[in-house]
Amino acid sequence: MGESENSYAIQMQGVTKRFPGVVANQAVDLSVERGHVHALLGENGAGKSTLMNVLAGLYQQDEGQICIFGEPVNIQSPKDAIELGIGMVHQHFMLVESLTVAENVILGLYPTGLVINERKVKQELRDLADSYHLNVDLDAYIWQLSVGEQQRVEILKLLYRGAKILILDEPTAVLTPQESDQLIDILHKMASEGKTIIFITHKLHEVMDFSDRVSVLRDGEMIDTRVTSQTTKNELAKLMVGREVLFNFQERAHERGDVVLKVENLKALSDKGLPALKGVSLEVRAGEIVAVAGVAGNGQRELAEAITGLRRVQDGRIWIRGVDITKKNPWQVIKAGLSFIPGDRIGRGLVPNLPISDNLVMKVYRKPPISNGPFIDYQRVEGFSERLVDAFNIITPSVKTNARLLSGGNQQKVVLAREIDASSGALVAVNPSRGLDIGATEAVRKTLLEQRDQGAAILLISGELEEVMQLADRIFVIYEGEFMGELDREEAAVEEIGLMMAGEKRERRTDEISQSSGGQ
Amino acid sequence: MNEAMIVSLLTITIRAGVSLLYATLGEIFTERSGILNLGVEGIMMTGAATAFAVAFHSDSAWLGLGVAMLVGAMMSFTHAFLTITLRADQVVTGLALTLFGTGLASFMGQRLGPGGETMVGLQGPVFPRIPIPVLEDIPILGPSMFNQDVLAYALYLLLPLMWFYLRKTQPGLHLRAVGDNPAAADVLGVPVKLSRYLYTIFGGCLMGVAGAHLSMAYLQGWAQNITGGRGWIAIALVIFATWDPLRAAVGALLFGGINALQFRLQAAGTTIPSSFLNMMPYFFTILVLVLITWGEAVRKRLGAPAALGIPYIREEKH
Repeated sequence: MGESENSYAIQMQGVTKRFPGVVANQAVDLSVERGHVHALLGENGAGKSTLMNVLAGLYQQDEGQICIFGEPVNIQSPKDAIELGIGMVHQHFMLVESLTVAENVILGLYPTGLVINERKVKQELRDLADSYHLNVDLDAYIWQLSVGEQQRVEILKLLYRGAKILILDEPTAVLTPQESDQLIDILHKMASEGKTIIFITHKLHEVMDFSDRVSVLRDGEMIDTRVTSQTTKNELAKLMVGREVLFNFQERAHERGDVVLKVENLKALSDKGLPALKGVSLEVRAGEIVAVAGVAGNGQRELAEAITGLRRVQDGRIWIRGVDITKKNPWQVIKAGLSFIPGDRIGRGLVPNLPISDNLVMKVYRKPPISNGPFIDYQRVEGFSERLVDAFNIITPSVKTNARLLSGGNQQKVVLAREIDASSGALVAVNPSRGLDIGATEAVRKTLLEQRDQGAAILLISGELEEVMQLADRIFVIYEGEFMGELDREEAAVEEIGLMMAGEKRERRTDEISQSSGGQ
Repeated sequence: MNEAMIVSLLTITIRAGVSLLYATLGEIFTERSGILNLGVEGIMMTGAATAFAVAFHSDSAWLGLGVAMLVGAMMSFTHAFLTITLRADQVVTGLALTLFGTGLASFMGQRLGPGGETMVGLQGPVFPRIPIPVLEDIPILGPSMFNQDVLAYALYLLLPLMWFYLRKTQPGLHLRAVGDNPAAADVLGVPVKLSRYLYTIFGGCLMGVAGAHLSMAYLQGWAQNITGGRGWIAIALVIFATWDPLRAAVGALLFGGINALQFRLQAAGTTIPSSFLNMMPYFFTILVLVLITWGEAVRKRLGAPAALGIPYIREEKH
């Protein structure tokens, strides 16, 4: 019984993985005990996913040894990994949208030979799903499922293949707090049945809430492994970032001014032609940040696009400082004074293959002093860019460097610099710190707060509750294209927002009814 | 309209629909695997020419059919090699294949007759219509459905088989996965490239059969531009059928019906110009495409293979 003698499910020793020009993992040691929930903590780019992809067979290490249940192994492909009982749920799910749940699970296997015996397969799957409380409709098509349900399908897929070690890459990034709780229950259930769970995260509270051990990676190196119950958030943060981190921003008293952005009963369709915004109304005053919180895909994108003129407005009105910008094109909206930080940095925020300088002048190149009639004065462009690079602390070899070569944090700073510099005090920001590490996140959020203190009206559309709680003065929660309610930050509790994100309408107080019924 | 007229109309409808349906089924299986093959017209045309030439010289319709399938397989293998292995653009490659095929077929038509002369006007072996005893006695449907050639009968069997394969078998499931999310299929050990090769080649065989049916059963002879755009109609039918074999049969019959009606009207001495009637199938093709692909949203809901036309590359992210 070689298995029972060794209490480690995974032992990685001196694992090094290089990519051209980068060392993603440098001599990493990692031991994971059987039946444990083990967190792998680190900032973006710390090498967590790479290390796990080595285990899952997508990458092969350049140096180092791996033992699974005490046996030295050589993992060449995902197939090898699954044969060793290792399965991974990737951040981007590997599911075939046009197939049903059951079909996705049996893909690549021949559980009943050539012809699929649906009844038998489904019975097996149902038993398996029930035993782990994986609640999912086997006949549903993947495209009909919520992200949380899709995640359960991925887990079911691994369990069906007999995985004993499950690796989850940032599993809660896309879930509501309630869905996260469900996932945690499932993970604990699996651990208690002897499965070993590794989850990758950069959220400290998750580590604290549901791991037994935690290993911290920084810059591709293993910093330390701790017993979770014997460590603290602050200690972990320090290990992860390499310095002390501020969790609470200094609160400065600020005054709210006039209404800058006003949206009334806005309706718009999604790309699929279905109603995505079902009549939402809000106001943002000068000197305040109003957040729209919610799980991705509930109309946030459509809201941002409708306001900025990128999406057709079906019904409703939008004003900036009293100027009607409904159904105006993006250029007219920009001229009305609205700045926009899109959720998709690479796709919409930047032209990745152009230099930083060109990206920075993209909003001002039509006007003097940057342009002189039809001609662009490139000397001025350079001067202008250098000023912004300094002001916003963008780390780059030069302003001529192509935007795609910057790190995510610096790319976002380029977008911020351009939008804030051209801003007339009205800003729409979508997930401004998504995918950024702690340092860059701090910088971006501080910039937004500074702007607010200087009197900007900011509409923050974010799926990150932490960000919303940190920045917003008022919070709207959006669910399926409708606002579930409005909260002041002081009175907002994460649990309540979580419920609203899952579609629970807020109990209206009497004094609010007269106010909000006007918009309907 | 009396019974005889209905029977004759139905008979022509089915006869005209057979080659369309073979070509459409071939394209459905190809596209299901994620490969768009716009070479249908060229493959059909070359299939028709080789089938007729081989049959004429060997006096064997079956040998002609076999060679047409082989030619279809070879031409679609070329497409597969270029688009799957070399990752050439599928649209451009398919169009090139059609240009090549129509040119080659036209050349063969001029030179593969007796003594290196033209094949136009020659009488060759055909797949005759064979009435099936008992079944042909069913009123109306009997004489129209069960008095057809052997290729039509083969379709009657093939259709449910194909539907079953796609919907109920493990390889069929893998085919659908490969065309929709090859990365997901690959991770689970489904051989993406091999599948794409096999279904593209299989699809090409069916397109070859479609051509053979034209020159040896429906039109019974060789003529320049014998396919007359049927390959393109087949590609439209794939969308009309939403990649489903059974619905493809409905579509093929519909277009076969338009064809039949056009013959009827001409025979009845209508005053509508024949060019206008000839235009009808193509006009309906455009109409169907417009109605069916109204907006990308509709296309997605229809179940187009999500990875259609996109080469699959397994590589590392960095």
